[in-house]
Amino acid sequence: MISTDARRSLYLSAMRAVLTAVAVLASTPAFAQVDLTGFWAARGHEDLEGMLPGDYAGLPINDEARARADAFMLSYLALPERQCIMYTSHYVVRGPQSLQITSEIDPISGRVVAWKMSGAVDRNPRAIWMDGREHPSPLARHTAAGFSTGTWQGEALLVTTTHLTEGVLSHNGVPSSTEATIREYIVRRGDHLLITMIVYDPIYLEEPYLRSRTWVYDPSIRVPPEPCEPALELVRPAGEVPHYLPGTNPYLAELTEKFNIPLEALRGGAAGLYPEYRKQLRDKYVPPSRTPIVTPQGARP
Amino acid sequence: MTGRSIDRVGLVAAIILVMSVTAVVAGQGRGPTTPAPAAKAAAPIDVTGYWVSVVNKEWRFRMVIPAKGDFFGPIGGIPINAEARRVAEAWDPAKDEAAGEICRGFGAAGLMRVPGRLRIGWQDENTLQVDTDAGMQTRVLNFGAAPPSGRPTWQGQSVARWLGLPPGGSGGRESGTTPNAQMRGYASFEVVTKNMRPGYLRRNGVPYSANATMTEYWNVFREPDGTDWLVIAATVVDPTYLQMPYETSPAFKREPDGSRWDPSPCSARW
Repeated sequence: MISTDARRSLYLSAMRAVLTAVAVLASTPAFAQVDLTGFWAARGHEDLEGMLPGDYAGLPINDEARARADAFMLSYLALPERQCIMYTSHYVVRGPQSLQITSEIDPISGRVVAWKMSGAVDRNPRAIWMDGREHPSPLARHTAAGFSTGTWQGEALLVTTTHLTEGVLSHNGVPSSTEATIREYIVRRGDHLLITMIVYDPIYLEEPYLRSRTWVYDPSIRVPPEPCEPALELVRPAGEVPHYLPGTNPYLAELTEKFNIPLEALRGGAAGLYPEYRKQLRDKYVPPSRTPIVTPQGARP
Repeated sequence: MTGRSIDRVGLVAAIILVMSVTAVVAGQGRGPTTPAPAAKAAAPIDVTGYWVSVVNKEWRFRMVIPAKGDFFGPIGGIPINAEARRVAEAWDPAKDEAAGEICRGFGAAGLMRVPGRLRIGWQDENTLQVDTDAGMQTRVLNFGAAPPSGRPTWQGQSVARWLGLPPGGSGGRESGTTPNAQMRGYASFEVVTKNMRPGYLRRNGVPYSANATMTEYWNVFREPDGTDWLVIAATVVDPTYLQMPYETSPAFKREPDGSRWDPSPCSARW
């Protein structure tokens, strides 16, 4: 038999729990309950262009970005001090990788404190903070993953990423700057995950660059960690940094030779992203008579 | 406070909990339904107007017609089966022209990836019409009952529904406000298209069959700079020609008016 005081205390506690539960349910939109966790398999049905040197078509880049990409030699990444530098967060929608998303839960409130995304950048999973924290000072450390915060916009998780290191927008060396920010919408529809990134880069882009990609839920896949231990891959003279001087990259015309696409069309820029640009191609393009054979950039120096 | 009065407090608390949870859950779209308003009235965003393709990926497969047999890039490509490859390798635009099939590259399963502009408007309270200047095609998206199926057409028959709205709700809009004024940052609707006349997934003859079904999610994102983006996440299932569902997500940007609308008929060669 419990005392009246004990029962009173018990019921007051129950009341508090009821009111808390009602408050939480009433204040939390249903969409915030979308679960993003799991293994998401990549679908490479849209070509990952930008794997070939000089292919900047579809990228709204400016002259500065173009010049840097022309100077890029892929074996630059084989330098021991660069082998373990990971791609920046843009790579989520540009790369071929599958994803693993986990969540960090506050044990008291049950709320998601952060989503963690593996399989794209950096050694550690990329964190998307959901606890309302502010982005750090612009002078704070920049990383490949950057600093990401998320809020729900209806059914879409809007992610804002700042504090990125310099990176590449595409595998062939088109750069992104430390001033770049990304606004990203993550939408789950059943077993499909759509990630749409809009990159703002005042240094290298003529206009915001949007890129999207779809993954499919697949619990049978695994996204292994990517440990990295630098090794000597090529013997070079001490201090040599692989690069092409302006006007000396011999591979920039490769796509033109294979696909008959005018060289100027492959140089990128915002104008080339819109339908009217086709009019400039109409009198210059003839489909190749034979199916071109293409190999990724890895086959070149 | 006596034990009996405490029991009453507990009972009242339980009733409050049940009522509150019921109300909250119903408000989140899982409760009893009321008759749904027309799709136009329920729209959480005004998608009408002009949109332009932003060819930010697969540029060389979309801005020009690629060579016969050019199905795959260095990494990635359409998941076609051997039969589709055989058909595509026999592609001949002259035969399409002779057979009156020059719009094969402008059927619903390929149309949204053809560079061009969309003109979107409401035909009536439940029917959204999407015109394209490239190929001068019209898609009709029925938010009400599915249309009666007839002969297959290039654009097939499409059934649509808004997503993220509570049943019977109006997307949280306040009365008297416009959808765009109320949209926060994201809105979407689903479109399922069937009964398509066989066409091309890629304009160099990569086929889809009359058995194909396409499910699309039309996602509209509003950015702080005022730009509205439309990303259409599409899944094409075709047991005749695809090894697995084909996933794409072409993008569009809203334009202020139709001054750049530039109709051009179907072509098998350009």
